[in-house]
Amino acid sequence: MDIAANSILYLDGVAVSFDGYKALRGLSLVIEPGEMRAIIGPNGAGKTTMMDIITGKTRPDEGEVLFEGSTDLTKLDEATIAEMGIGRKFQKPTVFESHTVRDNLVLSLKDNRSPFATLFHSSTEEQDARIDELLTTIKLTHRAYDLARNLSHGQKQWLEIGMLLAQEPKLLLVDEPVAGMTDAETMETAALLREINKTKSVVVVEHDMAFVRELGVKVTVLHEGAVLAEGPIDYVANDPKVIEVYLGR
Amino acid sequence: MIISFLIKGLDRRTAICMLVLLLICAAVPLSNAYLPVGHPFRIPTDEMLQFGKYGSYALLAVSLDLVWGYCGILSLGHGAFFALGGYAMGMYLMRQIGARGVYANPILPDFMVFLNWKALPVTWYGFNWFGYAMVMVLLVPGLLAFVFGWFAFRSRVTGVYLSIITQAMTYALLLAFFRNDMGFGGNNGLTDFKDILGYNIQADSTRRGLFVATMLMLCLGLWVASGIVNSKLGKVLIAIRDAESRTRFIGYRVAEYKTVIFTISACMAGVAGALYVPQVLIINPSEFSPGNSIEAVIWVAVGGRGTLIGAIVGAVAVNWGKTWFTGQFPEFWLFALGALFVAGPLLLPKGIVGSISDMLAKKKSSQMYASLPATSEAVEDGASPTVE
Repeated sequence: MDIAANSILYLDGVAVSFDGYKALRGLSLVIEPGEMRAIIGPNGAGKTTMMDIITGKTRPDEGEVLFEGSTDLTKLDEATIAEMGIGRKFQKPTVFESHTVRDNLVLSLKDNRSPFATLFHSSTEEQDARIDELLTTIKLTHRAYDLARNLSHGQKQWLEIGMLLAQEPKLLLVDEPVAGMTDAETMETAALLREINKTKSVVVVEHDMAFVRELGVKVTVLHEGAVLAEGPIDYVANDPKVIEVYLGR
Repeated sequence: MIISFLIKGLDRRTAICMLVLLLICAAVPLSNAYLPVGHPFRIPTDEMLQFGKYGSYALLAVSLDLVWGYCGILSLGHGAFFALGGYAMGMYLMRQIGARGVYANPILPDFMVFLNWKALPVTWYGFNWFGYAMVMVLLVPGLLAFVFGWFAFRSRVTGVYLSIITQAMTYALLLAFFRNDMGFGGNNGLTDFKDILGYNIQADSTRRGLFVATMLMLCLGLWVASGIVNSKLGKVLIAIRDAESRTRFIGYRVAEYKTVIFTISACMAGVAGALYVPQVLIINPSEFSPGNSIEAVIWVAVGGRGTLIGAIVGAVAVNWGKTWFTGQFPEFWLFALGALFVAGPLLLPKGIVGSISDMLAKKKSSQMYASLPATSEAVEDGASPTVE
């Protein structure tokens, strides 16, 4: 129980199946506060399902999912989990296309989320300053008043990361952040994530091995809904089991 | 708080539209009252009534645009809220008839005497007071929408399934109101109204008053709707429309937002119905027919979804066209409506107002680019590939 108490995210024996297909079969994972973890695995390994369970979209059939050692995430809905401090970036960049870049951040900024509060909301100077700061971080200051739909793919990915930061989460779940990015963008994204990791815990799901190497963190390999191997990238990459299911192909 | 909300609602487009509505609101009754009969600029009473009716339709369209255009909830049952508001007003008007009905019963409306009822049903209590009836105009549609929304949105019913349920809701109400046992006049509905607030409902002066009331309520409705869509709540609604699950993962309770906007919209539709009934002098179950709700969707689509003003333009344009068409080629109206529903979205996918504002925006930006030397930003904009 000590392991659970000292963790920010604790999954133990999580299993879920859809129409008989076992997407996760006894997945266990512990993320420590302030840690950045990369999760890799072939398609169908259960990476996205794992994210769905952590963020409350899917309920596990069995197993324990704890946030900060005590909060049972399997009982809460998406909005509550998001408010508690778990932010999620999707695989496909999903920003609010018909809002400006700035409004995307305004909507994400940590604030009262009730309909009444938003109806009579007006931005404080502090909030405006925070948004300017975020725009600088994600390098989109010059596009602040453009519609998000007019951004390039890479810029959308960055905007989504900015939206995550605006929520001021304690834990970020980032699903394939560099899919479709150029090499230069990929390296910049790695630098950004490392910067973010200075204050927040981060879980990155990624296929791109160069990117994972660039992050230089502990790697967990998933296979068929369970953990296959865990450790530094070089250790994992030389594990024969891993080579067989994933890297060797 | 309320004031800053209302000021935010007064963006330039809304302000211009409200000004135009207020001008119409003053000009039409004045010309009807003071210009001699036969004067080319005089608007005859029946034409004024016609436009008053369009005004109430326009308010219904604005309420529908609020949920469909901004939150992506395609309600095919908004006519139900309109009709419920209309029935609340109709019940007040029925009680005003008093002993002047055919059976001269001071309490019971004629149809109840005809059905051999001895006492007024509880549902009719209080409707002799205008204030109570007006509260019901808001409360009944609002409550139905709240309960409906609570269950539907919490269970995450969306898209076409939700549309079908709203359609079923209005159809169920249609069947229910057809029954005499419901106590709302059955098949015949409520009619033979005499007075409203002590004024003869058929008098020209009363009709001018009703026209003014309709236009003012339309202005107010547009103002409130514009205030909502310009607030942060409005931005959340658009976010829900564009990427519902993203909004949820940011921490917004989508079901709450949908229920709130659906309820506000239903109240607005109820007011529209209450303004409609004293002008057409009848309310019967056919107002619940699914076709009416679908027609309202067409108005919004034709005018331009998600623009508010487009809803008003669409409602007036389609209904004016309907009046003209049914006068000229009575048997072809339904074909014309069908053609409109098919051709409208094909030719003007953003509706009348949406297409015009797109055109203006394009013109403006092309002028801007023409006058500017190629800045680094403009170059970058051109070079960066946009992925839809």
